[in-house]
Amino acid sequence: MAIFVNSETRLIVQGMTGRSGTFYTDEAMRYGTTCVGGVRPGKGGGKHLGLPLFDTVQEAVDATQANASLVIVPAPQAGAAMIEAIEAGLGVVVCVTERVPQHDMSRVKQVLQGTDCVLIGPNSQGILTPGQCKIGVMPTVNALPGQIGIASRSASLTSEILAQCSKAGLGQSTTVGIGGDTLHGVGFVDCLKAFRDDPETEAVVLIGEIGGRGEEEAAAYLDTVDYGKPVVALVVGRHAPRGRRMGHAGTLSVLGGGTAADKIARLRAAGVEIAADADDVVAAVSRARAQAAGTAR
Amino acid sequence: MFLAEYQSKEVLAQYGISVPDGRQARSPDEAQRLCKEIDAHKFVVKAQIGAGGRGLAGGIRFAATPSAVAQEAGRLLGDVLVTDQTGPAGETVELVLVEAAIDIVQSCFVAIALDPADGAPMLLASGAGGVEFEQRARMDEDTVHTCPLPEDSAEARAALADFLSGIGLIEAQAAAMDAIYAARKAFIGNDMTLVEINPFARTAAGDWIAVDAKVAIDPNAGFRRPEFASMVADRPAPADELAAQKHNINLVRLDGNIGVVTNGAGLGLATNDMIVDAGGRPANFMDIRTTASSMDVARGIEILLDDGRVSAILLTIHGGGMTSADTVAEGVNFAYAKATRKLPVIACISGKHAEWGHRILRDRNVPVESCDTITAAVTRVVDVAGQGRAR
Repeated sequence: MAIFVNSETRLIVQGMTGRSGTFYTDEAMRYGTTCVGGVRPGKGGGKHLGLPLFDTVQEAVDATQANASLVIVPAPQAGAAMIEAIEAGLGVVVCVTERVPQHDMSRVKQVLQGTDCVLIGPNSQGILTPGQCKIGVMPTVNALPGQIGIASRSASLTSEILAQCSKAGLGQSTTVGIGGDTLHGVGFVDCLKAFRDDPETEAVVLIGEIGGRGEEEAAAYLDTVDYGKPVVALVVGRHAPRGRRMGHAGTLSVLGGGTAADKIARLRAAGVEIAADADDVVAAVSRARAQAAGTAR
Repeated sequence: MFLAEYQSKEVLAQYGISVPDGRQARSPDEAQRLCKEIDAHKFVVKAQIGAGGRGLAGGIRFAATPSAVAQEAGRLLGDVLVTDQTGPAGETVELVLVEAAIDIVQSCFVAIALDPADGAPMLLASGAGGVEFEQRARMDEDTVHTCPLPEDSAEARAALADFLSGIGLIEAQAAAMDAIYAARKAFIGNDMTLVEINPFARTAAGDWIAVDAKVAIDPNAGFRRPEFASMVADRPAPADELAAQKHNINLVRLDGNIGVVTNGAGLGLATNDMIVDAGGRPANFMDIRTTASSMDVARGIEILLDDGRVSAILLTIHGGGMTSADTVAEGVNFAYAKATRKLPVIACISGKHAEWGHRILRDRNVPVESCDTITAAVTRVVDVAGQGRAR
């Protein structure tokens, strides 16, 4: 099952002919993702990596029955590319592009309102359902199919934790990178809801950081439901100085954006098992599972 | 990317927002001379630094006469201000803003940002602004109230009036709304990520004045806002951080002695947390972006090696999509091949091409010690850095 993407996903790549687009489309195909075409205005009718090229997303969808898109275009064009994909009715749009202007994301989010589209990113490593579908820029060497759902704000930390999980035999149902920007598509709450409905997911790991309100919103959501699955969270930036941007745009807390301590306190109060640091996630999953088993008994 | 106060006010004034009459000065003499051009019966001298928290750090001084202005400017210029946002090194004051002091009847706080939930502009406001506002807002979430801020219309104004009345912004409300919509226009028209006016002050005459203003321009929109490039170039920023930025590395100076090299913001934050937990102090935050080449990485390492405070280097690298572990290792190797000061390196390398990365460091005689886990590497580097200090 997994969430958002699986073996039924039919992917087109917007920006497939570029250097990054070529590299990651090739990697996705090698991993087994069903890639059905690419979009590059002006190159419609051509072929790249053995796949048909189209001028517009709509033409690509009409011709290939694609249901997902990877947006991997330069930042100035990323907003318009996401809007084109959303308006073409794709179910999943993944944008890995970094440095998309905020006001462009403002327009994207307003187009997104009221649609069923799942937007992942921008500035995200993408989404990976091990063994079935990779859409994004994450490494797959350490991915293992399994029952842990992961949602995170940062790419390399997630890869590190995913590697630790796999090493301990904890495979993953789906890993979603919600991205490091202030304005993004799906958030922790959307991922929690989807993982809750996914029978294959047995436990969820959230990887958060200072800034923004995503972790607080996750805690508020978990407060209101009987979630039914163990949830573990790692929140990094506990010792980062306030008011200074640490890599991700979203880490800068201009106005009251949550501190790590506050996020941790709220998540803990909502019943989430807190991982003390990046090396404690696997143990935290065990603790949360043991606790859940104890409560069930 | 924050503009300095005087730049922020220049931009807002273009949209019709009232700001105090003011001039910039680089010397006490100049400050005194410029007082003649300012129509005021008393003055305020304000340090122009990039970080906030300036008022509480003594960066805003009142002066009754032009000679007192010169005296206060003399105290501020060349002084280093350390606020809770500058980092421990502080920022040197190279420019002051001399302004007419405003007799304030009511101090409010207003800001405009994009709502992360739906992406639309929103207003953040409080009926009680002022110097200590940020501290107060931090203690109590209910200090700041928010409401959507759609485009100016009769309907929008009615809703905004209700909101403003609710937070105690009642007197001269129509004028306040004019200023808020003007700020919204400036926000939309210039790719701003934040407009903050604090204090947003009402005078006895019923005028609303932006006594202080902070504008952030989206650095990612620089390609279509070239007019701000020169403004930002005027602004002092730590040279190291700017140099790193040119090489696709996000670097933030901290006050410790452990140089930290990581690829990824989350991994960097996680690593620094673990260093502090283990009793050590990071000298920096580093995030090598995916677009960095090994030559870029080398530049980042050189910055750490050239920093006399750093006594050991920790590498926490998880090779990913395009930045594989060997790219980073190659960068470390380049930097060490040139360096005269070869600090000990403790490395935890995993992910794509991890083995290759390890081999590069080992074979090229970088003084490296490898650890299997971040915990082990952190424990070790804290130990090594501690010894370095003792020596």
